[in-house]
Amino acid sequence: MPMPRSTPSLSKKLAISVTVNGGEVRREVEPRLLLLHFLRDELGLTGTHCGCETSICGACTVFLDGRAVKSCTLLAAQADRRQITTIEGLAAPAHQPGSSGKLHPVQEGFWECHGLQCGFCTPGMIISAAQLLERAPNPSEEEIRRGLEGNLCRCTGYQHIVEAVRYAARKLGGG
Amino acid sequence: MAKTAGKKSVTRTGKASAKAPRRARQSAAKAAPPASQRVDFFKLVPKPRFVGKPVKRKEDVRLITGAGHYVDDLRLADMLHVEILRSPHAHARIVSMEVEEARKASGVVGVFAYKEISSLCGDVPLAHPGIPDLKVPHHPVLADGEVNFVGEPAAAVVAESRYAARDAVDLIRVEYEPLPAVVDPEKALAPDAPKVHKELADNLSFSWEVKGGDLDEAFKKADRIIQQRVRSQRLIPCALETRGVIAQYLTGEEQLTVWTSTQIPHILRTQLSGMLKLPESKVRVVAPEVGGGFGSKLNVYAEEGLLSALARLVAPRPVKWIETRRENMAATTHGRDQIGELSIAACADGTVLGVKHDCIADIGAYHQLFTAIIPTLTGLMLAGSYRFPAARTTLKGVFTNKMPTDAYRGAGRPEATFIIERIMDLVAAEFNLDPVEVRRKNFARKFPFSTPTGLAYDTGDYEKALNQALKLADYQGRRARQAKARDEGRLVGIGLSTYVEICSMGPSKGMAAGGWESATVRVSPTGSVEVLTGTCAHGQGQETVFAQITADVLGIEMDQVKVQRGDTGNVPWGVGTFGSRATAVGGTAVFEAARRVLEKMKKVAAAALGASAAQAARVQIKNGKFWAGKKSLSFAEVAFQAHRGLVIPEGETPGLEATYFFEPGNFTFPFGAHICQVEVDRDTGEVSIQGYWAVDDCGKPMNPLLIDGQVHGGIAQGLGQALYEEAVYDESGQLLTGTLMDYAVPKATHMPWLHCERTETPTDVNPLGVKGVGEAGTIGSTPAIVNAVIDALRPLGIKHLDMPLRPEKVWRAIKKAAAAP
Repeated sequence: MPMPRSTPSLSKKLAISVTVNGGEVRREVEPRLLLLHFLRDELGLTGTHCGCETSICGACTVFLDGRAVKSCTLLAAQADRRQITTIEGLAAPAHQPGSSGKLHPVQEGFWECHGLQCGFCTPGMIISAAQLLERAPNPSEEEIRRGLEGNLCRCTGYQHIVEAVRYAARKLGGG
Repeated sequence: MAKTAGKKSVTRTGKASAKAPRRARQSAAKAAPPASQRVDFFKLVPKPRFVGKPVKRKEDVRLITGAGHYVDDLRLADMLHVEILRSPHAHARIVSMEVEEARKASGVVGVFAYKEISSLCGDVPLAHPGIPDLKVPHHPVLADGEVNFVGEPAAAVVAESRYAARDAVDLIRVEYEPLPAVVDPEKALAPDAPKVHKELADNLSFSWEVKGGDLDEAFKKADRIIQQRVRSQRLIPCALETRGVIAQYLTGEEQLTVWTSTQIPHILRTQLSGMLKLPESKVRVVAPEVGGGFGSKLNVYAEEGLLSALARLVAPRPVKWIETRRENMAATTHGRDQIGELSIAACADGTVLGVKHDCIADIGAYHQLFTAIIPTLTGLMLAGSYRFPAARTTLKGVFTNKMPTDAYRGAGRPEATFIIERIMDLVAAEFNLDPVEVRRKNFARKFPFSTPTGLAYDTGDYEKALNQALKLADYQGRRARQAKARDEGRLVGIGLSTYVEICSMGPSKGMAAGGWESATVRVSPTGSVEVLTGTCAHGQGQETVFAQITADVLGIEMDQVKVQRGDTGNVPWGVGTFGSRATAVGGTAVFEAARRVLEKMKKVAAAALGASAAQAARVQIKNGKFWAGKKSLSFAEVAFQAHRGLVIPEGETPGLEATYFFEPGNFTFPFGAHICQVEVDRDTGEVSIQGYWAVDDCGKPMNPLLIDGQVHGGIAQGLGQALYEEAVYDESGQLLTGTLMDYAVPKATHMPWLHCERTETPTDVNPLGVKGVGEAGTIGSTPAIVNAVIDALRPLGIKHLDMPLRPEKVWRAIKKAAAAP
């Protein structure tokens, strides 16, 4: 794992305050702690996955101030005083119109259209798809494929994922 | 994986199985048979409510909400973390290793090398492939004085946190004496080549041959002998979840528990017991949620033994190791890596008379579980869907200073299918025939069909699938438009493949170990139903499919059924999920166990209702109730009665569960036809896929939605091999494609829309009629895409290119062809 090396000057812990899935959390963290590890190991939000450590696969994608980012290449300290939404918080009733409160429309789409198999890429893929639909409510097939280029799936061949995003677009009133 | 069984035993197995089911079906039709007789699913459940329907998956809600638990999501109290020091050299002697600084580092509990571990954990094991001259080198879990590939584990650090462990790895000082490395398998066979293993005479690990029919006659009668060299390049499986292991040893209880991302928890338990010299009863293996495998988790890995040994050293504290992507790409297993020299005896009308195939398989530095077996499957499947009478494969398995190869989706069959489907196109090109007609000319048509390599194909209708694919793709119209495009100077190509594969592995006679699968169906006193399966899904959706089968047999809702898998402490026996076997073999075991529970419930219901003998013989399930005459009991009431113990029918015992081991009589042989259209950019060499059509036949479909998913994902991996993916080592044995930045896993933008249909040709090997579909897409797609590219380049005189067909290679070929006189 390409984790930054610990040096004496960097080993002093930093106090950070982050709003995660609507709730504020305060922690003292090593400056080199990755945001991904902060979410998973400090907060127990293990729905965000680590697939490559090089920001290629996108399994670690979360919302940072409403923008989909890859948490494997951000430091926890960079999230200080900012808002994070992970897969666990995506379906919060207030987050999206059309949300059932239990599942976000994109989550529903993945279930309805068999948009996942092993499920490991799925949380990141869903966050990226949700971002895509915020930017383009009625995306074409090509726009969906381009919008998900930062997320790798080894199982599905992506076709059911494209259908899942279309399903969510319809559900959100765009499609 | 299928054993390299002599062809005789495979043939016998096949013939026996082909006959037995028919007899069984006839007797089943006459009267309610005893549970020991064969009953087909669709006879017992003529109108299934769930089987055959596109049912949404039971496993999905936890996965789409991030609530599933993969190995890295598990955290145990007092858990320690392990990081591994790996060899930076392809071949080197370890002169010295200095660990004191690492040992003293903050948070470090211990640093361990071969000498601390070797008394606790033996060598990494392999399944016996039945090859007499097989040479197996010493393969310790941590290097014993010498490293043989980049990424080989050399030492392990155990620390309080993962960051501390990783820091300490950098403090270990190793002096290596680099040794000459051998990377090219053909050069490795030269007499003066550097030896990978000094204790062996040379780099030849094994040789093997399969042949049948009269090759001399075939080559004498041929109008032409076509020669071609083909290569199936080295690939990296790249499951999105890397490997991970947690191990804990409880000294008082004498119990080792290993949580690991595996496709084969039961096989792993047996093998770990041998490596660790612990009775199997003291070893429990748990596969939690598994994030993809594709064969890369069908193994017994050094790290699984190592973590178990470390757990004993730091007992009772658990130890956890999570693989990085770089480790995954350098130190798991790779797939494919075969070079084949082909000689094809062909007639001018397109008839193929015989094929000779001399194969070199680059197996890397060691034997993993199925390393030797995978390339033998290529030899066994060389006949493809065709009836040419003579075939021979000679195989040399060669050691090189690279990571071992082993199963990767398709495992030996994509290589065979690539060869035989390229052969059909080479023959078509040689005699200027339509590749469709060449295939028609050579199709096997009578089933069971015996191949010259000793297999007995169960059922098939290859022409039907081909015709449907041709129609789906508008092949005739497409060829006409291609001719027009060629006139305009455009490089448009159409390719096809009409594959057959070997699945539902398999009969125990044809396997390196037991090929059965087991299931237990258990009904609780409150009527909730548990299915325990020995298969171990990692994305396939068996929780859903097995619930569909069970609910239909027992006449209940799917949500009353909980499918458990992956825990040897819970599921008594199992083999695992690989070789497209889970539904065909494991699903049949579920069906048979459920059927036995149903029979008992009918008897309990009759006894509890005080039914007459005549009524008892005709107990029916309607609307979720058991009816004997005009009286009925609910499912839950029958379940309660079976446990209450007051009205146990004569000859029965209390309780309500059945375990069934299903032993298939043969493999199954799914097939299909894939068609692809591409256009090649003359200026850049880039291949764009303009259309893809697939008709697959996996026997009776259990869940069409999941079948489509398997086919799509399979095609994506096959397309990756055809166009993009290759594990590249440099001359010194450094892995150049060690991250996802360098290794091209297809993205959403690389995939065309896939137009998929099915034909249905049930197998008679199992009572579900299921053949298997997990690998079909990968096997069928690669040659269809390559054939399309070569077809596009045919006007330039290009007859063959090796994969992957990346722009640079295609561009160079175009330039070279243009420069030729």
